[in-house]
Amino acid sequence: MAEILVLVDHADGAVRKPTLELLTLARRLGEPSAVFLGKGAEGATETLGKYGAQKVYVVDAPEVDDYLVAPAVDALTQIAGSSEPGAILVASSAEGREIAARVAVRLESGLITDAVDIEAGADGPVTEQSVFAATYQVKAHVTKGTPIITVKPNAATPEESPATPAVEAVTVDFTALATGTRVVSRAPREKSDRPELTEADIVVSGGRGVNGAENFHVIESVADALGAAVGASRAAVDAGWYPHSHQVGQTGTQVSPQLYIAVGISGAIQHRAGMQTSKTIVAINKDEDAPIFDLVDYGVVGDLFKVMPQLEAEINKRK
Amino acid sequence: MKIVVCVKYVPDATGDRGFNDDGTTDRESVDSLLSELDEYAIEQALKIVESGVEAEITYLTVGPDDAKDALRKALAMGGDNAIHVNDDDIAGTDALGTSLILAKAIERAGFDLVICGMASTDASMGVVPAMLAERLGVPQVTYLDEVTVEGTTVKGGGTVKGRREGDVATELIEAALPAVVSVTDRTGEARYPSFKGIMAAKKKNVEALDLDDLGIESDQVGLSAAWSIVDTATKRPPRAKGEVVEDEGEGGVQLAGFLAAKKFI
Ligand SMILES: Cc1cc2nc3c(=O)[nH]c(=O)nc-3n(C[C@H](O)[C@H](O)[C@H](O)COP(=O)(O)OP(=O)(O)OC[C@H]3O[C@@H](n4cnc5c(N)ncnc54)[C@H](O)[C@@H]3O)c2cc1C
Repeated sequence: MAEILVLVDHADGAVRKPTLELLTLARRLGEPSAVFLGKGAEGATETLGKYGAQKVYVVDAPEVDDYLVAPAVDALTQIAGSSEPGAILVASSAEGREIAARVAVRLESGLITDAVDIEAGADGPVTEQSVFAATYQVKAHVTKGTPIITVKPNAATPEESPATPAVEAVTVDFTALATGTRVVSRAPREKSDRPELTEADIVVSGGRGVNGAENFHVIESVADALGAAVGASRAAVDAGWYPHSHQVGQTGTQVSPQLYIAVGISGAIQHRAGMQTSKTIVAINKDEDAPIFDLVDYGVVGDLFKVMPQLEAEINKRK
Repeated sequence: MKIVVCVKYVPDATGDRGFNDDGTTDRESVDSLLSELDEYAIEQALKIVESGVEAEITYLTVGPDDAKDALRKALAMGGDNAIHVNDDDIAGTDALGTSLILAKAIERAGFDLVICGMASTDASMGVVPAMLAERLGVPQVTYLDEVTVEGTTVKGGGTVKGRREGDVATELIEAALPAVVSVTDRTGEARYPSFKGIMAAKKKNVEALDLDDLGIESDQVGLSAAWSIVDTATKRPPRAKGEVVEDEGEGGVQLAGFLAAKKFI
């Protein structure tokens, strides 16, 4: 069976959930090998094995910590050169897409971004993507070189398949390009107790209707009652009411939770691009003609400042 | 120094976008325009010059005849001249092919700084800037919320710095020029073309190039050269609209009932 390379997305060795989804998908295509860049591989190996990694390539070099994107490209191309994988899977973050794009150019291989599903096919992996603000479902496959695929979070449910991975330390011959873009400083985002936006099963988002940073607690309390992540529309972010890392939409984060609750959000196409693939959609808006209502499984026309506190109380009562 | 701004002519996102039978994007039935996300790139190029960096700004687009409209709009906002790569064989080219055409055109024009939008508003892959950096063999300083250029001289040189909202951290990144930069929609509102700007744009030079001029063979680009193919594209059935109730004092309770029935509570 062909090796399938999975680039590990981690924070100091803590493997992030999208990587477990990639390992799960990789098993449909061949034998998953994890590629771990940076520090903390010792702690990550067990988790990677638990989700089916047969092998873990470790590249622990200062280049991967201090420089943007290019060192990862050097590492992946070198490992791909010797292992001749059946596919390379990378998580669809901004950085993941950029790494994948450059590897595709260097390996002269086809690239598919933002897959929401992957199946094995007669001519290699067949991907499914959701395009044009999720109005179309597209199936595609790579026709040249090693298929390089970036996969959106929540594309699969992580399934365990315990293995004891062989660990291989790799010394990468970095190109001059690797040290081109220096990371001068890194300010980690404040850790919150709420789930991450891309990983959450439920997302509760507030828009311009929330009308002020001081009112966002209305969104947060319902989110906490449901164990949900908090999102925001660009209007709310631009107004400075909530951090950009919570923006849902075309130029923010794209989410695909089981349940999305849009509160005081009109439903502009750029916002829909980030949430339209959610399984169940609910909206609260005082304007019955708001376009968001075209998408909903359930909607309440009303003032969010009345509906949300009542919703929170009722959830807590029923729990 | 020389700044090249890459811009794309895209179907209007508020229109009813779709596909042709061969799996390529339908560019006929929806009006097209300059990608809004590229307006931020144009704005930053103009800002860099206004901050005192002496530079010539050239816009570059790859696209059909109408794509000239995108260049005219850019030139009306400011800048010096434009390059339009147009060739029948380009239709259906994917991101890999597009980045090849752009890179060849940029090398031909000469550059110290290439500025792109963070993604196009149609395909929104956000990968072309990284591919360009790879092909041009220069650093990529991408997804910037803030960008500054320092220390340039008439002979070139200088540094580009910026702030990037990374996956888990906010990063300050920098690279020596020449480099490829991409900017987000958080860099600041793009200006509207003034009447004077629109008139001035009419006199600015738009150079037309085809694949021959760039030394690209027709079999290197286009649909048949794409390294991935669309097998099927199906329109998702519009979401069946669910129940919408008017809040008459019980809206929150009713909604909780729906969530409980769906097992979310
Ligand atoms: C290139 C580009 C990229 C973009 N990217 C994004 C993106 O990533 N994400 C994004 O969200 N947007 C994005 N936008 C912006 C988008 O077009 C909209 O402007 C934005 O989504 C509007 O946010 P909103 O729905 O919160 O505000 P509005 O459209 O102003 O809607 C506010 C809603 O709140 C309702 N309301 C007000 N008060 C109350 C109340 N008391 N109770 C209940 N309801 C109330 C109103 O009826 C209204 O429907 C982008 C735009 C462009 C051009």
